[in-house]
Amino acid sequence: MRNTGTLQVTLKNDCEVVLTRVFNAPRAMVFEAMTKPELLKRWMGPRGWSLIVSEIDLRVGGRWRSVLRSPEGQEMGMSGVYREIDPPERIVSTEVYDDYPGETVNTLLLREENGKTTFTCTILYPSKNVRDTVIASGMEHGAAECYDRLAEVLEARAHLSLESRA
Amino acid sequence: MSSPSQMDVTFAALADPTRRAILVRLASGEASVKELAKPFAMSQPAVSKHLKVLERAGLITRGQDAQRRPRRIQGKGLGAATEWLQQFREFWGGSFQRLDDLLEEMKATERKKERRKGRRKES
Repeated sequence: MRNTGTLQVTLKNDCEVVLTRVFNAPRAMVFEAMTKPELLKRWMGPRGWSLIVSEIDLRVGGRWRSVLRSPEGQEMGMSGVYREIDPPERIVSTEVYDDYPGETVNTLLLREENGKTTFTCTILYPSKNVRDTVIASGMEHGAAECYDRLAEVLEARAHLSLESRA
Repeated sequence: MSSPSQMDVTFAALADPTRRAILVRLASGEASVKELAKPFAMSQPAVSKHLKVLERAGLITRGQDAQRRPRRIQGKGLGAATEWLQQFREFWGGSFQRLDDLLEEMKATERKKERRKGRRKES
Protein backbone atom coordinates (compact mmCIF):
# COMPACT_ATOMS: atom_id res chain seq x y z
CA MET A 1 0.00 0.00 0.00
CA ARG A 2 1.23 3.42 -0.87
CA ASN A 3 1.59 5.94 1.87
CA THR A 4 -0.28 9.15 1.35
CA GLY A 5 0.89 10.76 4.54
CA THR A 6 0.28 14.44 4.82
CA LEU A 7 2.78 16.92 6.04
CA GLN A 8 1.95 18.84 9.17
CA VAL A 9 3.56 22.18 9.77
CA THR A 10 3.20 23.39 13.34
CA LEU A 11 4.32 26.62 14.89
CA LYS A 12 5.36 25.57 18.34
CA ASN A 13 6.32 28.98 19.65
CA ASP A 14 8.08 32.16 18.59
CA CYS A 15 11.21 30.39 17.47
CA GLU A 16 10.26 26.83 16.56
CA VAL A 17 8.57 25.26 13.56
CA VAL A 18 7.85 21.54 13.62
CA LEU A 19 7.36 19.40 10.50
CA THR A 20 5.75 15.97 10.92
CA ARG A 21 5.20 13.29 8.31
CA VAL A 22 4.58 9.51 8.35
CA PHE A 23 6.43 7.29 5.88
CA ASN A 24 5.41 3.75 5.03
CA ALA A 25 8.88 2.28 5.53
CA PRO A 26 11.17 1.19 8.38
CA ARG A 27 13.21 4.00 9.84
CA ALA A 28 16.60 2.57 8.87
CA MET A 29 15.45 3.01 5.28
CA VAL A 30 14.15 6.53 5.87
CA PHE A 31 17.39 7.42 7.62
CA GLU A 32 19.38 6.10 4.67
CA ALA A 33 17.27 8.04 2.17
CA MET A 34 17.84 11.20 4.18
CA THR A 35 21.59 10.90 4.64
CA LYS A 36 22.97 9.46 1.39
CA PRO A 37 23.62 12.07 -1.32
CA GLU A 38 22.78 9.74 -4.22
CA LEU A 39 19.39 9.01 -2.59
CA LEU A 40 18.74 12.60 -1.48
CA LYS A 41 19.20 13.74 -5.06
CA ARG A 42 16.25 11.61 -6.04
CA TRP A 43 13.69 13.30 -3.79
CA MET A 44 14.85 16.55 -2.23
CA GLY A 45 13.26 19.72 -3.59
CA PRO A 46 9.81 20.90 -4.60
CA ARG A 47 8.45 19.63 -7.90
CA GLY A 48 10.52 20.77 -10.85
CA TRP A 49 13.54 21.54 -8.67
CA SER A 50 16.59 19.36 -8.60
CA LEU A 51 19.25 18.83 -6.01
CA ILE A 52 22.41 19.40 -8.03
CA VAL A 53 24.91 19.34 -5.15
CA SER A 54 24.69 17.12 -2.07
CA GLU A 55 27.73 16.73 0.13
CA ILE A 56 27.43 14.96 3.46
CA ASP A 57 30.15 14.29 6.01
CA LEU A 58 28.00 12.36 8.45
CA ARG A 59 29.91 12.69 11.71
CA VAL A 60 29.79 15.10 14.63
CA GLY A 61 31.46 18.31 13.44
CA GLY A 62 31.17 17.18 9.82
CA ARG A 63 29.72 19.58 7.23
CA TRP A 64 26.87 19.20 4.78
CA ARG A 65 26.04 21.28 1.75
CA SER A 66 23.13 21.23 -0.71
CA VAL A 67 22.38 23.28 -3.81
CA LEU A 68 18.92 23.22 -5.35
CA ARG A 69 18.15 24.44 -8.86
CA SER A 70 14.74 25.77 -9.87
CA PRO A 71 13.08 25.01 -13.22
CA GLU A 72 14.15 28.53 -14.27
CA GLY A 73 17.75 27.76 -13.42
CA GLN A 74 17.87 29.76 -10.21
CA GLU A 75 20.14 28.18 -7.60
CA MET A 76 19.64 28.05 -3.85
CA GLY A 77 22.46 26.87 -1.63
CA MET A 78 22.42 25.86 2.02
CA SER A 79 24.92 24.29 4.35
CA GLY A 80 25.58 23.41 7.96
CA VAL A 81 27.39 21.31 10.52
CA TYR A 82 26.31 18.08 12.25
CA ARG A 83 26.10 18.44 16.01
CA GLU A 84 24.65 15.08 17.06
CA ILE A 85 24.21 11.85 15.13
CA ASP A 86 22.45 8.79 16.48
CA PRO A 87 21.49 6.49 13.56
CA PRO A 88 18.79 5.65 12.69
CA GLU A 89 16.94 7.82 15.19
CA ARG A 90 18.22 11.33 15.54
CA ILE A 91 20.32 14.02 13.86
CA VAL A 92 20.92 17.53 15.12
CA SER A 93 22.46 19.88 12.59
CA THR A 94 22.77 23.57 11.83
CA GLU A 95 21.52 25.08 8.61
CA VAL A 96 22.19 28.39 6.94
CA TYR A 97 21.04 29.56 3.51
CA ASP A 98 23.56 31.25 1.22
CA ASP A 99 21.14 34.11 0.56
CA TYR A 100 19.00 34.19 3.69
CA PRO A 101 19.94 35.59 7.07
CA GLY A 102 20.14 33.51 10.22
CA GLU A 103 21.27 30.06 11.17
CA THR A 104 18.76 27.49 12.39
CA VAL A 105 19.27 24.35 14.44
CA ASN A 106 17.32 21.40 13.01
CA THR A 107 16.52 18.33 15.08
CA LEU A 108 15.42 15.34 13.05
CA LEU A 109 13.72 12.49 14.88
CA LEU A 110 12.59 9.16 13.41
CA ARG A 111 10.26 6.87 15.35
CA GLU A 112 9.23 3.48 14.01
CA GLU A 113 6.01 1.66 14.75
CA ASN A 114 4.62 -1.34 12.86
CA GLY A 115 6.95 -0.79 9.95
CA LYS A 116 5.96 2.88 9.60
CA THR A 117 8.19 5.78 10.45
CA THR A 118 7.13 9.07 11.93
CA PHE A 119 9.47 11.85 10.90
CA THR A 120 9.64 14.96 13.06
CA CYS A 121 11.88 17.87 12.26
CA THR A 122 12.09 20.78 14.66
CA ILE A 123 13.55 23.93 13.16
CA LEU A 124 14.78 26.31 15.82
CA TYR A 125 15.37 29.93 14.87
CA PRO A 126 17.90 31.78 17.03
CA SER A 127 15.40 34.54 17.78
CA LYS A 128 12.03 35.88 16.86
CA ASN A 129 13.79 38.68 14.99
CA VAL A 130 15.60 36.22 12.76
CA ARG A 131 12.39 34.31 12.19
CA ASP A 132 10.61 37.52 11.20
CA THR A 133 13.49 38.53 8.93
CA VAL A 134 13.37 35.16 7.24
CA ILE A 135 9.63 35.55 6.79
CA ALA A 136 10.10 39.06 5.41
CA SER A 137 12.74 37.95 2.90
CA GLY A 138 10.53 35.02 1.93
CA MET A 139 7.79 37.54 1.23
CA GLU A 140 9.90 39.36 -1.32
CA HIS A 141 10.12 36.16 -3.29
CA GLY A 142 6.50 36.31 -4.25
CA ALA A 143 3.77 37.75 -2.12
CA ALA A 144 0.87 36.77 -4.32
CA GLU A 145 -2.82 36.99 -3.54
CA CYS A 146 -3.44 34.44 -0.89
CA TYR A 147 -7.17 34.06 -0.34
CA ASP A 148 -7.29 30.77 -2.17
CA ARG A 149 -4.15 29.61 -0.53
CA LEU A 150 -5.43 30.58 2.86
CA ALA A 151 -8.57 28.55 2.43
CA GLU A 152 -6.43 25.69 1.22
CA VAL A 153 -4.04 25.98 4.12
CA LEU A 154 -6.80 26.26 6.66
CA GLU A 155 -8.90 23.50 5.21
CA ALA A 156 -5.89 21.23 5.01
CA ARG A 157 -5.80 21.82 8.74
CA ALA A 158 -2.43 23.46 8.88
CA HIS A 159 -2.04 23.06 12.58
CA LEU A 160 -1.31 26.42 13.98
CA SER A 161 -1.13 25.22 17.51
CA LEU A 162 0.24 28.41 18.91
CA GLU A 163 -0.94 29.39 22.31
CA SER A 164 -3.40 32.17 21.95
CA ARG A 165 -2.20 35.31 23.55
CA ALA A 166 -5.38 37.13 22.87
CA MET B 1 9.63 45.10 27.16
CA SER B 2 9.07 44.32 23.54
CA SER B 3 5.58 44.47 22.16
CA PRO B 4 4.39 41.41 20.21
CA SER B 5 5.10 41.73 16.50
CA GLN B 6 2.33 41.81 13.93
CA MET B 7 3.32 38.24 13.06
CA ASP B 8 2.68 37.14 16.67
CA VAL B 9 -0.73 38.77 16.71
CA THR B 10 -1.55 37.07 13.40
CA PHE B 11 -0.45 33.63 14.51
CA ALA B 12 -2.24 33.98 17.84
CA ALA B 13 -5.41 34.94 15.96
CA LEU B 14 -5.04 31.91 13.69
CA ALA B 15 -4.46 29.59 16.63
CA ASP B 16 -8.18 29.38 17.39
CA PRO B 17 -10.28 26.86 15.40
CA THR B 18 -13.42 29.04 15.43
CA ARG B 19 -11.49 31.99 14.06
CA ARG B 20 -9.98 29.79 11.36
CA ALA B 21 -13.46 28.58 10.44
CA ILE B 22 -14.67 32.20 10.27
CA LEU B 23 -11.80 32.98 7.88
CA VAL B 24 -12.64 30.01 5.69
CA ARG B 25 -16.23 31.26 5.55
CA LEU B 26 -15.06 34.79 4.69
CA ALA B 27 -12.71 33.45 2.04
CA SER B 28 -15.80 32.65 -0.02
CA GLY B 29 -17.28 36.14 0.37
CA GLU B 30 -18.07 38.90 2.85
CA ALA B 31 -20.63 38.34 5.59
CA SER B 32 -22.30 40.26 8.39
CA VAL B 33 -21.91 39.37 12.06
CA LYS B 34 -25.39 37.89 12.02
CA GLU B 35 -24.61 35.74 8.98
CA LEU B 36 -21.39 34.59 10.57
CA ALA B 37 -23.01 33.70 13.89
CA LYS B 38 -25.54 31.32 12.30
CA PRO B 39 -23.40 28.36 11.18
CA PHE B 40 -21.32 28.48 14.36
CA ALA B 41 -24.25 28.25 16.78
CA MET B 42 -22.78 31.16 18.66
CA SER B 43 -24.21 34.37 20.01
CA GLN B 44 -23.48 37.52 18.06
CA PRO B 45 -21.40 39.03 20.89
CA ALA B 46 -19.26 35.86 20.97
CA VAL B 47 -18.68 36.09 17.23
CA SER B 48 -17.96 39.80 17.57
CA LYS B 49 -15.23 39.01 20.06
CA HIS B 50 -13.53 36.68 17.60
CA LEU B 51 -13.96 39.24 14.83
CA LYS B 52 -12.24 41.86 16.95
CA VAL B 53 -9.21 39.58 17.36
CA LEU B 54 -9.13 38.91 13.62
CA GLU B 55 -9.44 42.63 12.91
CA ARG B 56 -6.58 43.51 15.25
CA ALA B 57 -4.46 40.89 13.49
CA GLY B 58 -5.13 42.60 10.16
CA LEU B 59 -6.87 39.49 8.86
CA ILE B 60 -10.26 41.04 8.18
CA THR B 61 -11.74 44.49 7.51
CA ARG B 62 -15.19 46.04 7.61
CA GLY B 63 -17.05 46.67 4.38
CA GLN B 64 -18.74 49.87 3.24
CA ASP B 65 -22.35 49.05 4.06
CA ALA B 66 -22.98 50.96 7.30
CA GLN B 67 -26.03 48.88 8.22
CA ARG B 68 -24.74 45.37 7.77
CA ARG B 69 -21.11 46.19 8.46
CA PRO B 70 -20.02 43.11 6.54
CA ARG B 71 -16.63 41.68 7.37
CA ARG B 72 -14.32 40.65 4.62
CA ILE B 73 -11.04 38.87 4.57
CA GLN B 74 -7.88 40.90 4.10
CA GLY B 75 -4.95 39.42 2.28
CA LYS B 76 -2.23 41.64 3.65
CA GLY B 77 -2.33 40.39 7.22
CA LEU B 78 -2.38 36.81 6.09
CA GLY B 79 0.34 37.29 3.58
CA ALA B 80 3.39 36.88 5.73
CA ALA B 81 1.99 34.13 7.92
CA THR B 82 0.48 31.88 5.29
CA GLU B 83 3.15 32.58 2.71
CA TRP B 84 5.74 31.38 5.14
CA LEU B 85 3.91 28.22 6.16
CA GLN B 86 2.99 27.60 2.55
CA GLN B 87 6.65 27.70 1.60
CA PHE B 88 7.38 24.94 4.06
CA ARG B 89 4.47 22.92 2.80
CA GLU B 90 5.40 23.32 -0.84
CA PHE B 91 9.05 22.59 -0.31
CA TRP B 92 8.70 19.59 1.96
CA GLY B 93 5.33 18.34 0.76
CA GLY B 94 6.61 17.94 -2.80
CA SER B 95 9.90 16.47 -1.67
CA PHE B 96 8.25 13.93 0.60
CA GLN B 97 5.96 12.66 -2.14
CA ARG B 98 9.03 11.80 -4.14
CA LEU B 99 10.60 10.25 -1.06
CA ASP B 100 7.52 8.00 -0.72
CA ASP B 101 8.23 6.66 -4.21
CA LEU B 102 11.91 6.16 -3.47
CA LEU B 103 11.10 4.27 -0.26
CA GLU B 104 8.71 1.96 -2.13
CA GLU B 105 11.50 1.25 -4.57
CA MET B 106 13.96 0.58 -1.75
CA LYS B 107 11.51 -1.81 -0.11
CA ALA B 108 11.02 -3.70 -3.38
CA THR B 109 14.79 -4.05 -3.80
CA GLU B 110 15.09 -5.31 -0.23
CA ARG B 111 12.36 -7.90 -0.79
CA LYS B 112 14.07 -9.13 -3.96
CA LYS B 113 17.36 -9.52 -2.09
CA GLU B 114 15.66 -11.51 0.66
CA ARG B 115 13.93 -13.79 -1.84
CA ARG B 116 17.26 -14.46 -3.51
CA LYS B 117 18.82 -15.26 -0.14
CA GLY B 118 15.93 -17.63 0.67
CA ARG B 119 16.34 -19.45 -2.62
CA ARG B 120 20.06 -19.89 -2.04
CA LYS B 121 19.33 -21.48 1.33
CA GLU B 122 16.86 -23.92 -0.24
CA SER B 123 19.28 -25.16 -2.88
